[in-house]
Amino acid sequence: MKPIEFDAPTSLQDAIRLLGTDPGKVGLLSGGTDLIIQWRGGRRELSRMVDLKHIPELNVLEFDPARGLRLGAAVPCARLADFEPARQHYPALVEGAQLIGSMQIQSRASVGGNVCNGSPAADSICPLIVLGAAALVQGPRGNREIPAALIVTGPGQTALQGGEILVEFRVPAPAARSSSAYLRFIPRNEMDIAVVGAATSLALGHDGRTVTQAAIALGAAGPTPIAADAAAKALVGKKIDEASLAAAAAAASGATKPITDLRGPAPYRRHLAGVLTRRTIETAVRRARGEERL
Amino acid sequence: MTGKRIVTATINGKAVWLAVDNRMSLLDALREAAGLTGAKEGCLTGDCGACSVIMNGRVVDSCLVMAAEAEGATLTTVEGIANGSQLHPLQKQFLRHAALQCGICTPGFLVSAKALLDATPNPTEHEIRYWMAGNLCRCTGYEKILSAVKDAAAELRNAKG
Amino acid sequence: MGKLQVTEQSKRYKVIGTRPVRHDGEDKVTGRARYGGDLFFKDLLWCKVLRSPHAHAKILSIDASRALRLPGVMAIVTSADLPRLEDRMVESGEGVENLKFMTDRLLARDKVLFKGHAIAAVAAVDVWTAEEACNLIEVKYEPLKAVVDPLEAMAEGAPLLHGTLTTMTLGKKVQKASNVCTHTQFKRGDVHAAFKGSDVVIEREFRTKTTHQGYIELHTATALARSDGQITVWTSTQGGFAAREQIATILALPLSRIKVVPMEIGGGFGGRIPVYMEPIVALLSIRTGKPVKHTMTRAEDFQATGPASATVSRIKIGARKDGTFTALQAWMAYEGGAFPGNWGATGAMCVFSAYKAEHLLVDSLDVMTNTPKVAAYRAPSSPQAMWGVDSVVDEIAETLKMDPLELRLKNAVEEGSLKADGLPYGRIGLRECLLAARQTEHWKSPLPEGPYTGRGTAVGFWHNAGLQSSAIVPINMDGTASVVTGSVDIGGSRASMAIIAAETLGLKAEEVRPSVADTDSIGHTDVTGGSRTTMTTGQAVYEACQDAIAQMKLRVAKLWDTQAEHVEFKDGRFVHAKDPGKTMTVKQLAPNLPRTGGPVQGRASVLTRQPGAGFGCHIADVQVDPDTGKVTVLRYTAVQDAGTAIHPSYVEGQMQGGVTQGIGWALNEEYVHNERGEMMNPGFLDYRMPTFPDVPHIETVIVEVPNPNHAYGVRGVGETPIVPPMATLHNAIAHAIGARVRSLPMTPHKVLDALMETAKMAAD
Repeated sequence: MKPIEFDAPTSLQDAIRLLGTDPGKVGLLSGGTDLIIQWRGGRRELSRMVDLKHIPELNVLEFDPARGLRLGAAVPCARLADFEPARQHYPALVEGAQLIGSMQIQSRASVGGNVCNGSPAADSICPLIVLGAAALVQGPRGNREIPAALIVTGPGQTALQGGEILVEFRVPAPAARSSSAYLRFIPRNEMDIAVVGAATSLALGHDGRTVTQAAIALGAAGPTPIAADAAAKALVGKKIDEASLAAAAAAASGATKPITDLRGPAPYRRHLAGVLTRRTIETAVRRARGEERL
Repeated sequence: MTGKRIVTATINGKAVWLAVDNRMSLLDALREAAGLTGAKEGCLTGDCGACSVIMNGRVVDSCLVMAAEAEGATLTTVEGIANGSQLHPLQKQFLRHAALQCGICTPGFLVSAKALLDATPNPTEHEIRYWMAGNLCRCTGYEKILSAVKDAAAELRNAKG
Repeated sequence: MGKLQVTEQSKRYKVIGTRPVRHDGEDKVTGRARYGGDLFFKDLLWCKVLRSPHAHAKILSIDASRALRLPGVMAIVTSADLPRLEDRMVESGEGVENLKFMTDRLLARDKVLFKGHAIAAVAAVDVWTAEEACNLIEVKYEPLKAVVDPLEAMAEGAPLLHGTLTTMTLGKKVQKASNVCTHTQFKRGDVHAAFKGSDVVIEREFRTKTTHQGYIELHTATALARSDGQITVWTSTQGGFAAREQIATILALPLSRIKVVPMEIGGGFGGRIPVYMEPIVALLSIRTGKPVKHTMTRAEDFQATGPASATVSRIKIGARKDGTFTALQAWMAYEGGAFPGNWGATGAMCVFSAYKAEHLLVDSLDVMTNTPKVAAYRAPSSPQAMWGVDSVVDEIAETLKMDPLELRLKNAVEEGSLKADGLPYGRIGLRECLLAARQTEHWKSPLPEGPYTGRGTAVGFWHNAGLQSSAIVPINMDGTASVVTGSVDIGGSRASMAIIAAETLGLKAEEVRPSVADTDSIGHTDVTGGSRTTMTTGQAVYEACQDAIAQMKLRVAKLWDTQAEHVEFKDGRFVHAKDPGKTMTVKQLAPNLPRTGGPVQGRASVLTRQPGAGFGCHIADVQVDPDTGKVTVLRYTAVQDAGTAIHPSYVEGQMQGGVTQGIGWALNEEYVHNERGEMMNPGFLDYRMPTFPDVPHIETVIVEVPNPNHAYGVRGVGETPIVPPMATLHNAIAHAIGARVRSLPMTPHKVLDALMETAKMAAD
């Protein structure tokens, strides 16, 4: 590995400037748990690393009942997991964050980094999608918002353009009688990349039983995270019972475009998508009813 | 010098100046520059926890921290767990329970367990197992490590009165 | 947990069987202990290795000129820099190796035979320069078709790894070149006739995938060659002497020029018996005159060090209505990796090691494949051989509606039973283990509530090794003793050596100082492996203590002004045979040593030919998630015959560690290769070893059927516990889902497929 420069700017402007000094060869360092591995393994060639953790905007972690959650891109998962409003109002996001590797990894890894790594198996992206989150991105030509569902564009690829930095996620305020859940299937009990992941967010009507809104997203089931709209539609206006669960599960399986790789065969992933969809719906409903909380 | 720097940090309570190359990890810096070889190389990809240290209050894999990031940080390594010549209850219980065989994972487990007991003085078995899921042991089957951590937790709670 | 079940112990010991804190313990919990990678010399050069990206290819040319011109590069070596060795088999640690291939294995000569095969090694002023230099070395390859599966490698038309290799079969060489390097056969009676006359005959095929020892410490070696020709190598190795021999052989240097200093070692399990980088860093140090250090990355460790064989086995067992086995037949193919070796023969000895039958036929093959040469991994070849047998035995129990432990008790080998090679067993404890298993809380308790829960049991065997060990026991002037051996301490063995010495000399464990010596400082000692250390090195320590006692008797006689024949040593003290009131301890004698003749130092060298086999029996309860196929191990009990447990905590630890490796092997661990023979998962992320939340409590029951060939009855315990888990879990899963998964690892999707297949068949 060639020698590298290392900077720890304290302003977003400086970070953007540094990013532009050697396009493609400047690594943005948040938790480093993907970047350092890729650079050391020779998959990314770097001339510079820019540590983002000293930039105040990227460390924001706030909740407001009217405006929702602001999650800075460099906030470590462990800090997010300790944030009570996130646990209460966005359990799927916290569940996802707490599954990104071990305690050691969670002390460092950030949701921002997890998303920008561009893996469809990332544990944070599906929760962000179903919660209706958007990413605030800033670059040399200004800033813009990208809806979570459009961020990951292919394995290892994101919608961020050269020179842009992901600054924060904005997650809308939760509706009444709503909640969410995230599950992934792995062969062990920790430390694996998801074979399949599923996130569900839903809201119940006044009767506490009929689904009024739903969103379902599947991870590691295709080249990008999949917004399983048909599966979500199968729930809306219905009560949760064997029939609606089965319909949602079948639709979820049908929405997958899985590959066979060393983490699992395609038919198995298709099957799991249905199983996890069913299980996250059931958990989200219990949480929406206040019967259970994270 | 291009690509090199001096990093100032507090390690095990002492102010330390380390001359490092920017390409070094914190693990490299601890082992080579600081002479603290307690943290070990097991995988260099954050999958085994043998390099665990406590950085600014949280347990991290030092192989996935750049040396330069340690600037201004407060670090605890396995060498800083004992109180002078008095072993910490975790260290004593690991020895008492024979919770180590080859011992290579032991520094990582001790650091990780200390971070657990600092945060959760009365952990359940489930919490112990999952907190240290990122520390691999190939020798012991984890059984005696579990007993040692439980007993150390009890000893620490009793000491606090 | 950790109950001692004494079945035959009549003696009671003072120190043996207690649990003192290990002598090296404090260093290991404070970070002071120095492992192989913890050495940093001031003028150190760093070594990096260029490795083949192809699983099979001809090397057409190697051009290192650009790399040599890179500032900071001090030397580069390839196989051209190593001596060419002859075509001859030699002992190398715990197995055999062909000299000609020893060098080729370390640095590829004309062909690369596996992805990761080393081609060139660079020594440079820092690790990044060394890496950069590797990128500048230009190698031209002619890729060849690669083969990684043993059956494919045996097939007609498979690419040949070594053009001249022919099969050693039944002591003769076959003419036709192939990838099958040995064929071992054991035969007794007439299995075909016996099957015809049996009431039940079950024949099944089983498959296992390549697995790795997974020690947490990365392979590392540092060497310094002095101008006077003396070379010191510091390394984490399972045997300083084995390493020295291999280094000397590969560099064609006399043994006396090389000193190996074994550092503290972070796990071995057999994988640190072969050398990989030691001769290469030594050579680079010779070239540069500086210390040279190399540490592998985890990816290199997986791709370029010896794993455990993938296998195919076909097991056929016949039985009468009453459960008596009539005939045992096995056909097995073992992945050998890129160079010839011999684990297939060991597997042939292990496969039916637990069961009696009049008729037996075992055929076992070692097959060369484009993977790294297979190394020992804890009871090497035994898990792969025995798991299929205990699956078939379980099926016979189901068919005959017999209790699985009863069926095993009915057919269990005992003293005098014949092994596959026709020789009889000495005193063994399989029956005792089975009886103890039947008495466990676990076996007697009801199965946890389902659905899809199941209980399984299986047995395991390892012959345990004997080999050579040396020990020195100097008596110190304050009456304490030192124990010096050449046995590397991987798991707490130095504490056991101290316990044995303390017991023998009448001292406390804390009064004995054990240490591990380098190859200049002790007599030849074979590796720490083969479950031989407590047994054979312990025997050497015992005999060295007896030698010290004999010398001390002469001194006591002088002090008592009597003859040596009148001095006895009983219960830890010297006693006057004619005047029993007159006694003296070692402590009391010690200050008088200088004036009665000088220092006393006991010594012994031991070669054990009859080590004492170790059997075990395990029980597991599992639950299967019927939607995902995921297996949760709810409860696990391991029963094992330790002969005599010197330090029970460490015997329990060996059992728990072996069980956990077995759980990984059974459920999740495997090498995944693509169609080009490249390993896709060379890291701890996707090579899935059990983590803390993946294992249940592991209960242990130690049975003691003393080994008559050891002073204190010790049997090796380290390896047997990895053998039963695969069949134990396979049987438990079978009872949980009503279907058998005969291919390891039993991953969730395979279990789910089996479950759904069974459900479909039931529905139809």
